[in-house]
Amino acid sequence: MQELSLNILDIAENSVRAGAALVRVAVRAFPAEDMLRIAIEDDGSGMDEETAKGAADPFYTTRTTRKVGLGLPYLKMNAELTGGAMEIASSPGRGTRVEATFGLGHIDRAPLGDMGQTMSLLAGANPEMDFVYELCVCADTGDSADSGGIAGAADSADGSGGFVFDTREVKQVLDGVPISEPEVMAYMASHINENTKELITAYNI
Amino acid sequence: MKSLEELKALRDKLQGEVSLRDDGDDKTKVLVGMATCGIAAGARPVLAEFVEQVATRGLKNVTVSQTGCIGICQFEPVVEVFVPGKEKVTYVNMSKEKVARIVADHIVGGSIVSEYTIGSRQS
Repeated sequence: MQELSLNILDIAENSVRAGAALVRVAVRAFPAEDMLRIAIEDDGSGMDEETAKGAADPFYTTRTTRKVGLGLPYLKMNAELTGGAMEIASSPGRGTRVEATFGLGHIDRAPLGDMGQTMSLLAGANPEMDFVYELCVCADTGDSADSGGIAGAADSADGSGGFVFDTREVKQVLDGVPISEPEVMAYMASHINENTKELITAYNI
Repeated sequence: MKSLEELKALRDKLQGEVSLRDDGDDKTKVLVGMATCGIAAGARPVLAEFVEQVATRGLKNVTVSQTGCIGICQFEPVVEVFVPGKEKVTYVNMSKEKVARIVADHIVGGSIVSEYTIGSRQS
């Protein structure tokens, strides 16, 4: 896939099928460590240890247990091609977290791409679910600690350190107007892209 | 810069329109296959273009959503159009460029764009 945002869409579709109510996508760039980290976390049905272990292996998946398909092996391959790695943490009934790291400046790393399209599609096509998307540039990996916040953003002083999109906020504003309305979907895509463009360009994410 | 204020304005505009509509089966549905095969073949920009076209034309009673893999991966991106009271039409090997014509001819005009359909690929 030519954009990491397409891998993210693909992995988030697993969360949709896992019956998740909330999916969090966090994209963090660590320029000092030349690293890009993408985490997709859901509160869906989860997988047992054996399934989670095998989920990243395209040859493990058998027809009868094919819930995941080629999406995870694909993301893993893309991560490893840039000197990174992919990890899956899952527990039945609680959810799944997929984390992939990439070499930020590696020549084989695909650009993040159109996250506006990815998030607005997920939100509009699954109106009963909620999605959170965070993008930030962090000083170093120790700083962020995955607490969900955007503390530690390298240049938060000038307000350009991070961006958060949350469909729960959007729905609150919409006050009953469906999030699946095409005009709302188009709004969300450009809202996300316009507000993250500067950061993505500045750090070549 | 798109802000929440803009979303509020959009809500106010849509609130009037949405309430006039039926949520029932009188809607035209556009479904884009969005499994790994579809995404890899370029389904996301196709769906985004349908959303854009429907939004800018202000088409009411049209929904754009996604579906999974329907088993014809070699024909992805695949788009299914359901017009109420008509048979489902399946468009294959879709691209962003083909979307405008399907919206104009089929969804607005009511005539199927036969050369983009799966039927045109089977001899």
